[in-house]
Amino acid sequence: MAAAATCSTGTRSTGSMVVAASRNNVTSFQRRGPRTSGTDSGCSRLVSISGTRPSVRNGQLLVSTGLPALDQLLGGGLAVGTVLLIEEDKYNIYSPLLFKYFLAEGIVTGHTLLVASAKEDPADILQELPAPLLDDNCKKECDEDICNHKTESNVKMKIAWRYQLLPKIEARPVSSSRFGHYYDVSKRIPQELIEASKWHGFFLPEKISSTLNEDPCSLNHGYIKLLQFIQNIIYKEGFDGSNPQKKQKNILRIGIQNLGSPLWGDDICWTENCDSNCSLTKFLYMLRGLLRTSLSACIITVPTHLIQNKAIIARVTNLSDTVVGLESFIGSEKETNPLYKDYHGLIHIRQIPQLNNLICDVSDVKDLAFKLKRKLFTIEPCG
Amino acid sequence: MFPELNNLLNTTPDQVEQGKLTLLCDAKTDGSFLVHHFLSFYLKANCKVCFVALIQSFSHYNIVGQKLGVSLTTARECGQLVFLEGLKSAVDVFFRPQEEPHPLQFLREANSGNLQPLYEFVQEALKPMDSGEAAWRCPVLLVDDLSVLLSLGVGAVAVLDFVHYCRATVCREWKGNVVALVHDSGDAEDEENDILLNGLGHQSHLILRAEGLATGFCKDVHGQLRILWRRSSQPTAQRDRSLTYQYKIQDKNVSFFAKGMSPAVL
Repeated sequence: MAAAATCSTGTRSTGSMVVAASRNNVTSFQRRGPRTSGTDSGCSRLVSISGTRPSVRNGQLLVSTGLPALDQLLGGGLAVGTVLLIEEDKYNIYSPLLFKYFLAEGIVTGHTLLVASAKEDPADILQELPAPLLDDNCKKECDEDICNHKTESNVKMKIAWRYQLLPKIEARPVSSSRFGHYYDVSKRIPQELIEASKWHGFFLPEKISSTLNEDPCSLNHGYIKLLQFIQNIIYKEGFDGSNPQKKQKNILRIGIQNLGSPLWGDDICWTENCDSNCSLTKFLYMLRGLLRTSLSACIITVPTHLIQNKAIIARVTNLSDTVVGLESFIGSEKETNPLYKDYHGLIHIRQIPQLNNLICDVSDVKDLAFKLKRKLFTIEPCG
Repeated sequence: MFPELNNLLNTTPDQVEQGKLTLLCDAKTDGSFLVHHFLSFYLKANCKVCFVALIQSFSHYNIVGQKLGVSLTTARECGQLVFLEGLKSAVDVFFRPQEEPHPLQFLREANSGNLQPLYEFVQEALKPMDSGEAAWRCPVLLVDDLSVLLSLGVGAVAVLDFVHYCRATVCREWKGNVVALVHDSGDAEDEENDILLNGLGHQSHLILRAEGLATGFCKDVHGQLRILWRRSSQPTAQRDRSLTYQYKIQDKNVSFFAKGMSPAVL
């Protein structure tokens, strides 16, 4: 975890007063700035990144997953520097939704995106993101307000003249500073939002060259390329603090789809004793190393129901921080179970990280079901 | 360190047993609180600690250590703690090829892996100073955790060899201690992990096993801890002593109680 990304709630620094009695009888009270212990000054700076908030329990910096219901189940959100692993449902219908929610949240809050896929072109994935639900009425009123405001800007205040000197406050509610937005799955995200955002795509068939250079380590060729790509972006754009950024700091949201599937060149999904059965776990370890030293958060979807070797599933779970499993009712006998007739599947929160803490917030509710309504994906306790 | 766990284990920072291998394992729950306990315990006992932290970053252990009363940054600065941050070193080794042998060199190797550079790192870190006077009480090697080495392509036999070498040097030669955490995969049929766990279980003097409750999740009781003392070196055949307690993890402490005697139930 980047040292600046954590701040312990108990040690908030306060400016201390230094009184210096100078020669000419004028005492000058000098307020010393916030003590520059690494965590505290970093904390005050980092809280101002849009789309993030510190956790109430341990001051960890959190980002939203795009689903406020899921944020609540994960203890407030996804911690920066960690991996969210989604265990795909059987026919891969609902896990792409969670993937898209995560990316859409990144666009709305202005984070940089890195989308990696072996199946679809990242540009196509971005076109299919759900549209954010901003209040439409509110938007119309704000446009009128701004027209009126421009004509009144040069009226001087006579009584409360001190307030004239304050900067003008933005009247329109700034949606990007909120934490967690709602999306309309039936509509596509407006094109101008995508164009205004900054994103990097990794489409495996384009990046892999036909000549395979023999790399000494046992990692899959596609995984090596992806790791190098991610590391390159993190280093070049300064997410690991290497280049002092002139502009405000930002979060990198990484999304990797269908990791471990045969399209990535991995054979754990079709054979039990594969030669390179540590390829995926090694990749996850290196990814964790990259994430912990940078301001980024990552979502991965893995088809765990296809992995033949159960030991690998256990190892993959141990190497990820937050693990959420989706189990859809399509094709299973639970479809006709009267208990589940209102829902489309079950959602299991398998693991929540304990970062900078001895305990973690495990929610009491264990039986959770999800339902995809026409516009919204909801998670509710069932039974 | 947790005072209640010290009472259960019959140790205090003032009298530290030497030459022991302690095995920590967890099944269906997270046993990392044991690692935090031993780290703060040995730092308070004024021992020289080499901590090979492979799965979490330095700041994570530091923040929890501060809650338990030790400062890892000061310990590292004054030389009491040698900290190998696995995640950061792995990124260095993987993306920027190193000239001199790096402790995590096995990440760049194709198969089976060789942990010799890691052993040499530990040896270098814990060797007693030639000045004659001992600044620290005894050397301690702490590894968190060994199962992740299997995920990185190292064979179970190579890991057992590494632990054997460390035991021979740290425990036997320098009269220090070794503490290692291994995950128990349970019914996931991880053969390599089982080999590692059984092999270490036979070699260790003290086994602490944190298990999830068999009845499932409970808000007031987080798990069950089994403590097993093995006195294999004694000529008189003493039975291995075993105790079981249930525990609840709080913000800065872990409270232990006998089975079924949780304060929430009574």
